[in-house]
Amino acid sequence: MSAATLDAKRRGFDYKKFLANNGALVGLVVLCLALFIATPDFLTGRNLLNIGIQVSTVAVLAFGMTFVIVAGGIDLSVGSVAALSAMVSGWFFVSAGLPGWLALLGGLAAGLLAGVVNGLASAYGKLPSFIATLAMLSVARGLTLVISDGRPIKTSPEVSFLGGNLGPVPMPIVILVIAALVASFLLNRTVVGRSMYAVGGNAEAARLSGLPVKRILVIVFGLAGLFAALAGVLLAGRLDSAQPQAATGYELDAIAAVVIGGASLAGGLGRISGTFVGALVLVVIRNGLNLLNVTSFWQQVVIGVVIALAVGIDVLRRKTRSS
Amino acid sequence: MSEHPLLTLKQVSKSFGPVNVIKDVTVSVHAGAVQVLLGENGAGKSTLIKMMAGVYQPDGGQILIDGKPVSLPSTRAAEEHGIATIHQELNLVGTMSVAENVMLGRMPKKFGLVDRKAMRRQARAAMELIGLDVDVDTPVGELGIARQQLVEIAKALSISARILILDEPTAALTRHETQSLFKVVADLRRQGVGMLFISHHLDEIAEIGDSVTVLRDGEFVAEVPASTDEDELVRLMVGRSIEDQFPRRSSAADLPAEILAVEHLSSKGKFEDISFTVRAGEVLGISGLVGAGRTELIRAIAGADRYDSGEVKVRGRRLTKGSVQAAIRAGLGHVPEDRKGQGLVLDASVNENLGYATLSSSARMGLSDFSGQRGRAEAVARTVRIRMHTIDQPVRSLSGGNQQKAVFGRWIIAASTVLLLDEPTRGVDVGAKVEIYELMNAITDAGGAIVMVSSELPEVLGMSDRILVLRDGRLAGEFSAAEATQDKVMTLAARDVDEEH
Ligand SMILES: Nc1ncnc2c1ncn2[C@@H]1O[C@H](COP(=O)(O)OP(=O)(O)OP(=O)(O)O)[C@@H](O)[C@H]1O
Ligand SMILES: [Mg+2]
Repeated sequence: MSAATLDAKRRGFDYKKFLANNGALVGLVVLCLALFIATPDFLTGRNLLNIGIQVSTVAVLAFGMTFVIVAGGIDLSVGSVAALSAMVSGWFFVSAGLPGWLALLGGLAAGLLAGVVNGLASAYGKLPSFIATLAMLSVARGLTLVISDGRPIKTSPEVSFLGGNLGPVPMPIVILVIAALVASFLLNRTVVGRSMYAVGGNAEAARLSGLPVKRILVIVFGLAGLFAALAGVLLAGRLDSAQPQAATGYELDAIAAVVIGGASLAGGLGRISGTFVGALVLVVIRNGLNLLNVTSFWQQVVIGVVIALAVGIDVLRRKTRSS
Repeated sequence: MSEHPLLTLKQVSKSFGPVNVIKDVTVSVHAGAVQVLLGENGAGKSTLIKMMAGVYQPDGGQILIDGKPVSLPSTRAAEEHGIATIHQELNLVGTMSVAENVMLGRMPKKFGLVDRKAMRRQARAAMELIGLDVDVDTPVGELGIARQQLVEIAKALSISARILILDEPTAALTRHETQSLFKVVADLRRQGVGMLFISHHLDEIAEIGDSVTVLRDGEFVAEVPASTDEDELVRLMVGRSIEDQFPRRSSAADLPAEILAVEHLSSKGKFEDISFTVRAGEVLGISGLVGAGRTELIRAIAGADRYDSGEVKVRGRRLTKGSVQAAIRAGLGHVPEDRKGQGLVLDASVNENLGYATLSSSARMGLSDFSGQRGRAEAVARTVRIRMHTIDQPVRSLSGGNQQKAVFGRWIIAASTVLLLDEPTRGVDVGAKVEIYELMNAITDAGGAIVMVSSELPEVLGMSDRILVLRDGRLAGEFSAAEATQDKVMTLAARDVDEEH
C-alpha cells in the first residue's frame, strides 16, 4: 500500500457546498441588491458611510466575540464592558484629570482587566463561561452606573477624535479596518490564535498535546474585553460622551454576527472575515428597514428571524461537511 | 432459510466531493451467517456499512432487503428494516448514564413518562448478555474506552435486529471481552440473525466468520471462505505478503542507561505502589484486563492526571506531577486510548493535528511556523502513510485507522524519545501495524524508550522486550520476552480477579 492520495474524479462546482460555506456573503449581496432596487436612498455616499460607522461598533465587538466562540465559550458581558471602559476613560479624564491619551489607555485597560477576570473565572474557577460572563454583564454595568452616578460623562478630545473624521473618512471605519486586520492576524498567524481552534474543537486533546489550555482561555477572554473596550470608546467618541446605558444588549448583536458569519457555537470553527460579513448583514438589515420606515419593533422580529436562518444554514453546513 | 440474502448492496458506489471512495461493490448478508469485510485502513469498509445503516446514500447501485430494492434515507429507516449497527466510532452521550445510553431513543414509557425502573432492568439485561459488570447509573463518560465499546454493543444488541453490523467492535477489547462478544454472536447466528463483521484482527475471522469480502481502494477484490489462511487474506487485502508481523529488533543490550523511572506511584482507586524502570532502547509492554489501571497509570506518567504519591523521573530528573507540558519538555509523548475524545481535534485539518505538540516550540515570537509545519506534517504523513486526499482535509474525514496514525505522527514530529502508547494500533490494519512497529524500532534504535499498553496480547508479546502485568491496580508480575506466553500472562492478569468474583 502507499500513501496514495485518492485521485480526484469528479471536479466541478459544488453549489450546495459554496452556498453552505458562504451563505452570509450571498445573503449580504442579495440584501444589498434588494435594497438598491427598493429605495433610492440606499446607495448614497452618506448612507454607506453611515452603515460603515454603525458596523464598526458591532464588528469590533464581534471580533472579540469570535475569539471566544472559536475557543468554545461565550461572552455575554461585552456590551457592559464596552460601556464600563468608555466610562472609566471619561472618569480618568474628567474626575482624575489625567491627560486624554492616558485616559483613553486607562479605559482600554479596564476592558482588558474585565475580560481577564472572565477568563480566570472560567478557566481556573471552572465556571461555565456563560455564567461567569453573565455575572460580569451585571457587575460591569453596575460599576458603570456607580462611576457615573447614572449621568453621561464628557469624553477626552482623543476619544472624540476616534469618533470623528480623518479627512473624508470617518475614524471608526479606519479603526474597524485596523481591528479586523489585527484580529485576523491574531487568529490565523499566532500560536495563541491557532490554539484557540484546538481548545474549542477538543479541549482535552489540546491539553494532552501540551497546549496551555487555561492560559489560552484567559488570553481569549482578555482579548474579548479589550475589543469590547475599543468598541465602547468608538461609541463614546461618536457621541462625545460616555453614556451609562451605552451598548446595552450589544452582546446579542455580536453573537449574532459571529454565528451569521459561519462560526459554530460548539467551538472550533469561525473566521474574522465571516464575522465581518455577519456584522454587515445585521447592520444593513437595520439600515434598510429604517429607510423603508419599518418600526423598530418589527425590526427586532426580522433580526430574530435572520439569526434563526443563519443557524439553520450552520446546521446544513455541518451536514454537508460530515457527509 | 429463504433463498434471498437478508441484505445486499448491489454494485454500489459512493463519492465524497471529488473523491471516489466506493466503486461498484457488491456484498450480501445472509441469515444465520457472519459476513466479514476485510480491507486496509481507508479501503472503504465503514463507508460501505454506513450505506446499510442509512447514514450515507449510495450514488449508484441498489440496496436489496429480502431481494426487494429499498432506500434507506435515514438511520431510523434502517432500524425499521431490522438493521442494527455498531459504528467504529462510539456514539454515546458522555453525561448520560449507561442505562440511558443503552435505551436511547426507545426508553420504556409509563403514563407518558420514562419508566426508569424498566429502563434500568432492560439495560442491565443487555449488559449481562455481554458480561459487562458496571453500575447502569454510571455516566458513560466515566468509563474507559473498552467499557464504552461494550455499552455501544449492548445498545445494538438490545434492539433485537435481524441484521447486525459490527464495525471493529473488538478493536478496543481484550481477548476476555472479545470472547464474550463472540459467544453472543454465535447465539445470534443460531437464531438466524445475519451479521456483518469488520476487524483488523485476522485471527478473529476464522473464529467467527463464514465468508470474507475483501476490499482494496474501494473496489471489490475477492470473496473467500473465512477459513482461508491469514497469509492469503493479507495478500488479498494488501496486494503483497507480510513476512514478519512483529518485526521487533531489540536494541536494549547496547544501551543499558535507565531513561524512565516510576517510583512507588499511587493514585487512590486507580493504582497503587507501582515501581518500574525502562532503559534506553527498550520496549516495555503493560498487560492486564480492562479496569486493571493500565490507562490510568500511563496517563499519570504522561502528566495527564495527577497522582497521590510517588514520583516519575526521566533521565534522573523528576517530572512535575500533572503537567503535560513538563512531560513533553522531558521528551515524553502520549498516544491516548481514545483518539476521538482525547487525541484529535476532529474539525481541524490533518496538518494542524499533526502539529499541536510542536505549535509553541516551533514558533518564533509567538507566530506559528506555517511553512515549516506543513513540511514536517507532509513528511511524517508519508512516513506513517496516512491515506488522505489532502493534508488540509479535516481529520474527521480520515478513516479510523488513519486517524490513529495522525495521533502517532504528532509525537514523531515532536521527536519524543519516550513514547507512552495506549492501544497504539487500535483499528490499524496489518500492513500499517508493521509500519508502526518499525517506527517503534527506529525510536528504540535511536536510544529512545517505549511503554506500551495494549489489549492485543500477541502485539504485547511480539513487540515487548519485557512485560509487566497489572491486576486490580497493582503490579502482579513481570516477564521477559523470552519467558512470556499468552497463557502465562493471562493467568497472572486474571487470577485474583476471577477468584474474587
Ligand atoms: N466524510 C468524508 N469526506 C471525505 N472523505 C471521506 C469521508 N469519509 C470517508 N472518507 C474517505 O473515504 C475513504 C474510506 O474511508 P472508510 O472510513 O470507509 O475506511 P475504512 O475501510 O473503514 O478504514 P479503517 O480500517 O481505517 O476504519 C478514506 O480514504 C477516507 O478518507
Ligand atoms: Mg472504518
